[in-house]
Amino acid sequence: MPAALDAVAAIKGAWAGVTDRASLDHPAVNVPASDLLGVLRALKEEHGFDMLADVTGVDWAAGAKPRFTVVYHVFSTAKHEYVRVAADCPDDAAPEMPSVVGLWPGANWHEREVFDMFGVRFAGHPDLRRILMWDGYPHFPLRKDFPLAGIDTELPDAEVVAETKTGAIAAPMMGGPFVAAEGGINMGDAEPSAKDESWSERRPKPDA
Amino acid sequence: MVASNSELAYDSKIEGEVIVSRADAVINWIRSNSMWPMPMGLACCAIELMAVAASRFDIARFGAEVMRFSPKQADVMIVAGTVTYKMSSAVRRIYDQMLAPKWVIAMGACASTGGMYRSYAVLQGVDRILPVDVYVSGCPPRPEALLDALIKLQEKVKREPSASKLLSA
Repeated sequence: MPAALDAVAAIKGAWAGVTDRASLDHPAVNVPASDLLGVLRALKEEHGFDMLADVTGVDWAAGAKPRFTVVYHVFSTAKHEYVRVAADCPDDAAPEMPSVVGLWPGANWHEREVFDMFGVRFAGHPDLRRILMWDGYPHFPLRKDFPLAGIDTELPDAEVVAETKTGAIAAPMMGGPFVAAEGGINMGDAEPSAKDESWSERRPKPDA
Repeated sequence: MVASNSELAYDSKIEGEVIVSRADAVINWIRSNSMWPMPMGLACCAIELMAVAASRFDIARFGAEVMRFSPKQADVMIVAGTVTYKMSSAVRRIYDQMLAPKWVIAMGACASTGGMYRSYAVLQGVDRILPVDVYVSGCPPRPEALLDALIKLQEKVKREPSASKLLSA
């Protein structure tokens, strides 16, 4: 992947704060949030990484420093190579990143999804609303401190709530349709996603 | 030689063009054989729902081929797929816009119980917001299973006291 390696070397030469990031596949760099827009613009306009393939987030768990990282994958449609760019959010309580919608209009919905799931705000985004959950949903579901089963929440439509007397309910795996009955095979022990169940009737949530 | 009865079909002349029946039987016969579905296609079950409507399985054999995307013209809502909480209000509102009498078929595991989506985002069974008449198991159900559900629903409709309901309404 010569083009990607060349681009990463050039980026590291131009920005002192840019460092290598451990990666098993594509060349990757850590970038300070303040340099993010400059680095991505250089990758796009000088090195030919013209397509933003993905924007996603990482929550390193409550208490970690830094807590939130936003990860960008840029792709060169001419060289067919990727570069991964990761930027830590400076503020753990109110994470924020500059928006790249000005560089790639397609980042609009990606950033809305990261905002919806992790609560990272994108400064300069033209329309930063939730995209998967409904407007007014109070939680960020992909944060580490959000339980897998969910949290009891009011539904948005007051008339429907009055009519149906229901809301979004926490749905733990235990007692669900895919967990075997008492005495049978305990799916909770076999199902990896059930291991991190703070709602399990059988055991408390494991530490860390 | 003339047979005493060579007619194979019902001869309306015998009773002088008059048929005696019960109001319930007539109303339910009409209702159960022209149940127009409101296709609430939300996930992969909707593909099977389309197969049911196509020529191989042919839901028209049971008088339910008229998929109505206007709730005001529909009789039975077929909830085919995963109902997310975000969608649930819309599902309930569409059901509210359907004119009585109306029925609901919960098609597949997701619509019936939430299915494998035991998660923060998915309604755990559409019966939490709608009165469901028939549940269909399967992920997704075979088209025959949905036809079976429709026949079950027709049998249910045929047992309803429709005339007294109409008079008391």
